[in-house]
Amino acid sequence: MAEQMMHDGAAPLMIAEGLGKTYGRLVACRDISFNLYSGEVLAIVGESGSGKSTLLQMLSAQLTPSAGRVSYRMRDGVTRDLASLGEAERRFLFRTDWGYVHQDPAMGLRMAVSAGANVGERLMAVGWNHYGRIRDTATSWLERVEIDTSRIDDAPRTYSGGMRQRLQIARNLVTEPRLVFMDEPTGGLDVSVQARLLDLMRSLVSELGLAAIVVTHDLAVARLLSHRIMVMKGGQVIEAGLTDQVLDDPHEGYTQLLVSSVLPG
Amino acid sequence: MTAPVYNFAYLDEQTKRMIRRAILKAIAIPGYQVPFASREMPMPYGWGTGGVQVTAAILGPTDTLKVIDQGSDDTTNAISIRKFFAKTAGVSTTTSTADATVIQTRHRIPEAALSEGQVLVYQVPIPEPLRFLEPRETETRRMHALSEYGLMHVKLYEDIARFGHIATSYAYPVKVNGRYVMDPSPTPKFDNPKMDNCAALQLFGAGREKRIYAIPPYTTVVSLDFEDHPFARYRHEAPCALCGADDSYLDEIVTDDRGGRMFVCSDTDYCETRQASGHRGSERAAPHKKDHAHG
Ligand SMILES: Nc1ncnc2c1ncn2[C@@H]1O[C@H](COP(=O)(O)OP(=O)(O)O)[C@@H](O)[C@H]1O
Ligand SMILES: [Mg+2]
Repeated sequence: MAEQMMHDGAAPLMIAEGLGKTYGRLVACRDISFNLYSGEVLAIVGESGSGKSTLLQMLSAQLTPSAGRVSYRMRDGVTRDLASLGEAERRFLFRTDWGYVHQDPAMGLRMAVSAGANVGERLMAVGWNHYGRIRDTATSWLERVEIDTSRIDDAPRTYSGGMRQRLQIARNLVTEPRLVFMDEPTGGLDVSVQARLLDLMRSLVSELGLAAIVVTHDLAVARLLSHRIMVMKGGQVIEAGLTDQVLDDPHEGYTQLLVSSVLPG
Repeated sequence: MTAPVYNFAYLDEQTKRMIRRAILKAIAIPGYQVPFASREMPMPYGWGTGGVQVTAAILGPTDTLKVIDQGSDDTTNAISIRKFFAKTAGVSTTTSTADATVIQTRHRIPEAALSEGQVLVYQVPIPEPLRFLEPRETETRRMHALSEYGLMHVKLYEDIARFGHIATSYAYPVKVNGRYVMDPSPTPKFDNPKMDNCAALQLFGAGREKRIYAIPPYTTVVSLDFEDHPFARYRHEAPCALCGADDSYLDEIVTDDRGGRMFVCSDTDYCETRQASGHRGSERAAPHKKDHAHG
């Protein structure tokens, strides 16, 4: 298989098996399975209400599945069922080996706290105790996400939408996570701002060898960022494969409609 | 007309037992905020009803009570709390730190070292040190439970970024017994080192917020800081104008309308005790009165 060649036989970073979520009689997600390998970017696309965010929340252990399970290969190499982690372990994972980029930066940032402290918070949370080193690291991360370092002491509420999103990315990447979840990371931004952000995310992901799971209703985002894609409809994955293949030659009628932009995002 | 009849120290015995249980739990888990069913007291919340309830619960007939407010025994607040317990419990009261068995305080820890057998009761307005950055109570409780205290350093980081040093000078956060981060109430950070390894029992009562917490005698209390910005005490660079003390926390007092000012001990009893044993500063008289009682 192509995957095995690409990944040299290493174990998957994340394994989803038969994931499902119901709200009463509503089936938000049904029987979703996949493997994600280190350095791989997976896009989850589909129209609004198709279950993308629900899936992302289960994958990132913020929502308990009604069925199935998610396993993750921890930094020590042991693959563990997320449901077996204690709360402290889960939260530690969330702020060290994982990142989570929200569509709304106000959900992922402390809006009243300086940019430097926003980036430094995860370092302080894992015990960094030297102000100068925390600040230097925050400065270099602001540079990497193309934020003018003279703005380091300003709070993100004084930032533009694009800057806030880049700051959110820096805040997440500072602990060098191996996996980043993103829910509509470019949603709500102007087209030119989106393009710059996408460019930045693409280069960071490849430079750092990050794995990422990106939820988007925008196929252009999926095409630019992801290696593989899953198309969701009504809570199910109806088509999956290499992004270029699926988007250039969609098999399902629904995917064909998505690609020809007939369906609303 | 008959005068109202109070139970000893105002609160009924059942309420006192409930508060004592909270205190015992607080002592067993140093620095942990124990919820309790705070009662209405015959004074407004800003007047230290949390401290008053703790004092009421621990006071016995043979105790000697001292009450200080910003270091002074004779502010309106201190006087009325002292009178309250003199009337409802009939205990003797004192202004001498050494003679007191129970000291209720707002904003200061006495300068004289406390001894075994003494209890210091703090009046606390806001018990939650993480509140500043995380307003959600469910979240702050979880942070305490899991020892997730990165946020506390975010606050100190912000200080340094803005002012070049840790500018927090009151309610300076501490870690108690290597476990819980605690707000020492709005005492000046000058007093923080006195909490460490203190011979007396320290109890904290927050009335409006319904929390009690404690530092048992001889417990390690460490002020949070950064390696390259270590915790430092602060006092005005001057001796007390009245007693000459160069080791006490000073209040700045304006003496005229032409910019004249002097620095005197904030701890009235400490200053007067020193003066009585012959220590002198640059000024001769001027007593400590900060705020006269009414009625
Ligand atoms: N907490 C919830 N309670 C009830 N229904 C929900 C809840 N969250 C999502 N849903 C429903 O589940 C379906 C999938 O939602 P969601 O995962 O948010 O879709 P998407 O992110 O693709 O827009 C929708 O029908 C939505 O209304
Ligand atoms: Mg969504």
